[in-house]
Amino acid sequence: MIVAEPKPIKEILEMVRDLKKILIVGCKGCVTVCNVGGSKEVAILASTLRIAAKKNGKEIEIGEETLERQCDPEYIEEIKDIINDYDAVISIACGVGPQFLSERYPATRVFPGVNTRFMGGAIEHGIWSERCAGCGTCVVHYFGGLCPIARCSKSLLNGPCGGSNNGKCEISGDVDCIWDIIVRKMMEQGRLDELLEFKPPKSWMTARDGGPRTMTREELVK
Amino acid sequence: MTDNTPQIVAFCCSNCASAAANVAEGMKMTMPGNVKIIQVPCTGRIEVLHLLKPFEEGADGVYVAGCQEDSCQYVTGITKAAKRVAHVKKILEELEIEPDRIEVFNLSAGKGQEFVEMAHEMTGKIKGLGPVLP
Amino acid sequence: MSEYKSGSNLEKVLKAGHFAFTGECGPPQGANVEHLVEKAGHLKGYVDAVNVTDNQTAVVRMSSWAASLILLEQGLEPNFQMVCRDRNRLAIQSDILGVYSHGIRNMLCLSGDHQKFGNHPDAKNVFDIDSMQLIHTVKTMRDEGTFLNGQKIDVPPKLFIGAASNPFAEPFDFRVYRLAKKIAAGADFIQTQCIYNMDRFREFMKRAVDMGLHEKCYILAGVTPMKSVGMARYMAKQVPGMDVPDTLIKRLRSAGKGKIAAEGIQFAVEQIEEFKEMEGIAGVHLMAIEWEHRVPEIAEMAGVLPRPKV
Ligand code: SF4
Ligand code: SF4
Repeated sequence: MIVAEPKPIKEILEMVRDLKKILIVGCKGCVTVCNVGGSKEVAILASTLRIAAKKNGKEIEIGEETLERQCDPEYIEEIKDIINDYDAVISIACGVGPQFLSERYPATRVFPGVNTRFMGGAIEHGIWSERCAGCGTCVVHYFGGLCPIARCSKSLLNGPCGGSNNGKCEISGDVDCIWDIIVRKMMEQGRLDELLEFKPPKSWMTARDGGPRTMTREELVK
Repeated sequence: MTDNTPQIVAFCCSNCASAAANVAEGMKMTMPGNVKIIQVPCTGRIEVLHLLKPFEEGADGVYVAGCQEDSCQYVTGITKAAKRVAHVKKILEELEIEPDRIEVFNLSAGKGQEFVEMAHEMTGKIKGLGPVLP
Repeated sequence: MSEYKSGSNLEKVLKAGHFAFTGECGPPQGANVEHLVEKAGHLKGYVDAVNVTDNQTAVVRMSSWAASLILLEQGLEPNFQMVCRDRNRLAIQSDILGVYSHGIRNMLCLSGDHQKFGNHPDAKNVFDIDSMQLIHTVKTMRDEGTFLNGQKIDVPPKLFIGAASNPFAEPFDFRVYRLAKKIAAGADFIQTQCIYNMDRFREFMKRAVDMGLHEKCYILAGVTPMKSVGMARYMAKQVPGMDVPDTLIKRLRSAGKGKIAAEGIQFAVEQIEEFKEMEGIAGVHLMAIEWEHRVPEIAEMAGVLPRPKV
């Protein structure tokens, strides 16, 4: 899933400082799963903003909506009749949400209410970890099913570097050295020879480096 | 806050806090009238939003009264509640509202006196802080 | 001429079978050429080549190629270091052409320390290619005469290709294989991480020799004399991939006040003596960090003088 975290309340308050009527829009996709942008969090943010307004002696009106997804135009459409009642929208979907909203409703100011962090998963309740950097050409099968592009601090394809320490990465004792895990796994499986193969420079053309990406699948285009 | 009497909402676990309340009543101890008690089956079910709502409606303080950490009827109910209270403290801090306005208390069923005392303690503390609104 | 890959002094010394002795010099955090010249001056005549570090520990310094050129002007042979952290394959290849054009003949290929602990932790890193691929890039440019895209180079750069090896980083069992991989990728010489744990290094070299790696590549053992107990402790705890045994820290401490630095040098000299005899070791890389002025005396004590003229 796409993993996000709440923006500091102060930052959000600063964004909407002069606005009176705000619509908070959540998303039932990834951000609901990672407890940051679903209907519950919409209600919490709404309540928080109301408390802030009250404390500052301000009048504020806050609407709450949670869409099926904010990365599909058909669901973005669902707020077309109410959006004009508001001065601004705070989207607490991943970074895609505020943009789809901005594109569909060009007259409305849209603010991001979360910080989108990475593509990953929950390794336990309340703890998420990055897994994929969306390089566009998946090669995890060369590395024991683990991704050094997203998970090695230096994206080494011929690791590990000399900083690997007790299974941890040189950047922090809190970060696993994925190359340590890859090497141990491959050695255990008797696949050392595969690791000894030189991995040539990767083409980053399919990654973000190749420019903004779009994808067309003719068989699906109507 | 009217006449310097703070409005306080107390979420109380029915297993211990409420039983304690009954004991207190039986002992003819009086709960302060400014504390509105909301009974919940387990404090673990109190969400962040529930804790924020009273402030939104004008309360000056909120507390959760539940089991002892090691004798929670539903094992981790009070622990979860404590984490949520801590989270709401952070939100209040970000809003520049005193985080002391929300607390969590642990007690056990028989402690009627403690139950009343905590209501007084909280009232006293919130009185000291004054109203949320300027 | 064609008998050499690059014709650098270091290559000639090694090829002639001499025990090589290289030094190191960090460029200034500024444009203080005078200071750089002074530091490098201490090494002149005492080493076969001088490593010039590239934004070492991710701290911004005068660029390694520029400092290398200054050394060259001073009559020293630089070993130009390059890390993959700060440049993509375009910049890498153009810098290689640039340094070669100016007479640089040795290049050490490194991944580079992560910027997180440097003085610009907010920076975006590059890591377009890794150190292994960098070695291969320099080799391709030199031996195939092509860029990474296969396009012909009009006058290819002929560099003596160096790589680093850390025998002490985890996973230990894989380290010698990674060394083999670097050699297969094109490394002509290896400079190891600073060695303090001699037992572990002996074991590492035994494995390397068993695999015949020393016959495919020149291995230079890394030595950094300890200046103080504090430095030893810092290295032990704070520097990733460094193995400093407690026995060494104890030995330094028991040398007593005022004598610790001398003890550090003594240990380094003993190490060099052992490396001279150790199978598979072709030389020593002495990294006397901000201690360049002590290099002559260490070289003297270790009996590696005079340096051969080849
Ligand atoms: S190789 Fe690329 S696509 Fe596959 S997990 Fe890594 S970043 Fe994602
Ligand atoms: S320590 Fe491991 S994860 Fe960190 S940069 Fe080196 S190889 Fe990558």
